[in-house]
Amino acid sequence: MRWIWIDRFTAFEPGRRAVAVKCVTLAEEHLHDHVPGYPVHPPTLMIEGMAQTAGVLVGDAFDFAEKVILAKVTRATFHGRVRPGDRIRFDAEVQGEVRREGAAVTGRITADDRLVAEIELMFAHLDASRAPAEPGEGNFVFNEDFIRLLRMRSLRNLGADAPSPDA
Amino acid sequence: MALSRDAIMEKTREALVDALGVDEDEVTPEARIGSDLGAESIDYLDIVFRLEKAFNIKIPRGDLFPDNILQSEEFVQDGKLTEKGLEELKTRLPFADLSAFETNPNVDDIADLFTVDMIVRYIESKLAEQAG
Repeated sequence: MRWIWIDRFTAFEPGRRAVAVKCVTLAEEHLHDHVPGYPVHPPTLMIEGMAQTAGVLVGDAFDFAEKVILAKVTRATFHGRVRPGDRIRFDAEVQGEVRREGAAVTGRITADDRLVAEIELMFAHLDASRAPAEPGEGNFVFNEDFIRLLRMRSLRNLGADAPSPDA
Repeated sequence: MALSRDAIMEKTREALVDALGVDEDEVTPEARIGSDLGAESIDYLDIVFRLEKAFNIKIPRGDLFPDNILQSEEFVQDGKLTEKGLEELKTRLPFADLSAFETNPNVDDIADLFTVDMIVRYIESKLAEQAG
């Protein structure tokens, strides 16, 4: 199973801001268990979606050469539920700048015009002294699958402004 | 911009509350960042980011919270700091209060030297440096 909780990037400002969207559908198996009879997209997977949006933004700053990992969820406040048929939007913004050690990112999740969540994340770069370097291992965070499916090589073609989800 | 020590303490308190999720009244000058306020390794990075933003200063890596302070044998013997080690520590942490630590200098206790007061005094000196 691929662990990708965003569908597409719609805006990208290198080192500053990124916007991604995800369509929530009844075809996603986990919704049938969460919760039986009343499908709601789990907040934990929304935090993961925000982490992926922000992680790509942070990773891009060093050309995906660093192993960017989510080190801390500083804050995650949820204001509403997400149901099948919703199209959720992840707005991630770097606090300050991306640095050699990592970055702090603030995120907002909205569905249509509803504010769903406010999230603060911290990313760290796994350095060579902490992660075992195996020959040919490459970057396990930004693998070819992830890069290709999210069209990460075309990020710079996206504008800075994301159209509204209903446009 | 000359900030009073109280003003520095207030902003530092805010940064620590945001980074560590502790209550304001837990952030006293003697509070140890690790043992009392519960900071873990990633939190130190978060704290540095927030302090830089709050005071508009640059904190070079390892300046405020030196990691892997003392690796060599001349500084550490049997888990304790040697005379030379203590000297080295004093240069690396000029704002720490080493009086209690000196009586039983266990390497494992170095993290306890990082107190709120140490941060406040570091910021004070950084701001004075910038003012020229």
